[in-house]
Amino acid sequence: MTALSEPAHDLRTTRVGARRKRASALGSRAAYAYVSPFFLVFGAFGLYPLIYTGWVSLHSVNLENLHHSTWIGLHNYVALWHNEFFWNALRNTLSIGVISTVPQLCMALGLAHLLNYKMRGRTFFRVAMLMPYATSVVAATLIFAQLFGRDYGLINWFLHLLGVHHTNWTNGTRWQSQVAISAIVTWRWTGYNALIYLAAMQSIPSELYEAAAIDGSNRWQQFRNVTVPALRPTILFTIVLSTIGAMQMFAEPYLFAGDGTTNGGGEHQYQTLALFMYQQGWTNFHLGQAAATAWTMLLIIVVLVCINAALARGRSRRG
Amino acid sequence: MATQTLNPGNSNTEAGAPGRLRIRGTRAGRQFTAGPYTYLILAITTVVAVFPLYYTMIIASHTNHEMAQVPPPFLPNSSMFHNIRLALHEQPLLKAIVNSLIVSGCTAIGTVLFCTLSGFAFAKLRFRGSRALLALTIATMAIPPQLGVIPLFLLIAKLHWVNHLQSVVLPTLVSAFGVFFMRQYLTNAIPTEILEAGWVDGASTFRIFRSIVVPIARPAMAVLGMLTFLASWNDFFWPLLALTSRNPTVQVGLAGLGSGYIPQQAVIMGGTLLGTFPVLVVFALLGRQIVGGIMQGAVKG
Repeated sequence: MTALSEPAHDLRTTRVGARRKRASALGSRAAYAYVSPFFLVFGAFGLYPLIYTGWVSLHSVNLENLHHSTWIGLHNYVALWHNEFFWNALRNTLSIGVISTVPQLCMALGLAHLLNYKMRGRTFFRVAMLMPYATSVVAATLIFAQLFGRDYGLINWFLHLLGVHHTNWTNGTRWQSQVAISAIVTWRWTGYNALIYLAAMQSIPSELYEAAAIDGSNRWQQFRNVTVPALRPTILFTIVLSTIGAMQMFAEPYLFAGDGTTNGGGEHQYQTLALFMYQQGWTNFHLGQAAATAWTMLLIIVVLVCINAALARGRSRRG
Repeated sequence: MATQTLNPGNSNTEAGAPGRLRIRGTRAGRQFTAGPYTYLILAITTVVAVFPLYYTMIIASHTNHEMAQVPPPFLPNSSMFHNIRLALHEQPLLKAIVNSLIVSGCTAIGTVLFCTLSGFAFAKLRFRGSRALLALTIATMAIPPQLGVIPLFLLIAKLHWVNHLQSVVLPTLVSAFGVFFMRQYLTNAIPTEILEAGWVDGASTFRIFRSIVVPIARPAMAVLGMLTFLASWNDFFWPLLALTSRNPTVQVGLAGLGSGYIPQQAVIMGGTLLGTFPVLVVFALLGRQIVGGIMQGAVKG
């Protein structure tokens, strides 16, 4: 195991470093040995596969015959461009991303504000709100697939009490299914983001609030004019993380249908890009096509993150 | 990177409990006391957060027939062990739990070890290129590893590692978040004078690491270990590709249960209960520390 051999290597290099007589300066070649495990593992299993995906995407590779790959140039990308299900998956990913992220982050901000009050049972509330985050995405999706069940699901039962007709969440219209899937994402991540906002709120200097109070602003005005501007970098951070997460959404659409297929609903109502990629590679055995999808997703993520950053910078300049 | 802008000018805040106490002290002056509506909204949120987990237990303890009643049952019943037995019959969930313990344990230990080493180097050692390397580390946090799975799959296929646990452990042995988390903690927690004293006494860097850094870093290592264990236990996409239902992790096993030919909700929920609740119970017990860790990592990372 590399885990065992690395410290031994450290020992050797640090002795060499110790022989140098610069007693005051804590610097040595040993430092490279300390950081090398991270960069070695990251390079081998993180960066290299990501870059090599681009190379694979220019080949035709079959899952059943991995050692045989044929150079086909940009053909995989051309095929992607003409595939209606790719565009469908892109649309679904973007729309699910918006309806799962925007309400979630707004609610998280409000919750963080409430959690920041002086109160009894603060730890209880924080831990309770983090329970969905600790639940795996697989378990959460299976549970919500039951709750959203058409015939015996609790949510339809409850809506029926309110006079709403039974809804086919798992295989109904695009809109219904995507709302249900976004509910899973929102349930899992709202508490986590609330804690991140709470942490940032607690580092806002109290003088700002005192000054606002002297100026006669009420709680809501303080929230709007002090808290939210101070939280801007944190909000941007959570938006970027949520965007990256939403672009890779896989388990929810894969397991929500409960039919074991990779279609994302009978009419692909909620097939996301990640699910489409999985389908290309592991259902249709076209690994090259899947790699082309992955690189396209990477490109889209980079563009979206840049747009996020530019928007945030523009807004803070105006503000 | 966005993460760098996140440090809102309070880098002198001490890490750990003293720092939190200090913040709380200065904050007390302006902090509003929660009114009844605050408690009400938080109580409703708590119910929404916890109810689906409670209802998992309800479904898992009934037969399918009982669940079809109107109104649906809201209290547990007696069929839980029967349902769990059926789930075990369909998927090797006990093997999956053992596998997940191995994978998550190895990943947590490896991540804590490597991240503490790197975090210490970035926090306290001076070496050429350290700034650039740290920036590179932070930048890697934005890289979605899920998009590199195809070459990774080709790699483990070439090594004949498909369906072996090391294919799941090795790629996740390090975490950029962990390096950053440990660096932030150690920068503040270790007085440089202690290290210099050790250096003057002729201790090697590794000796200093073992006898000074590790004892001080222990609380942060524990939090990082817990967060890593949880993330690894809940990981799904890569294990689904690298393993099969003959040698699954918990999540792969549960997914197999959920996409069977005849979906039996009571059985699926029985398996979900078995594979999820042990972790949730541990999480609830250690909740205070985990919440503290996430909030610390948030302000600084």
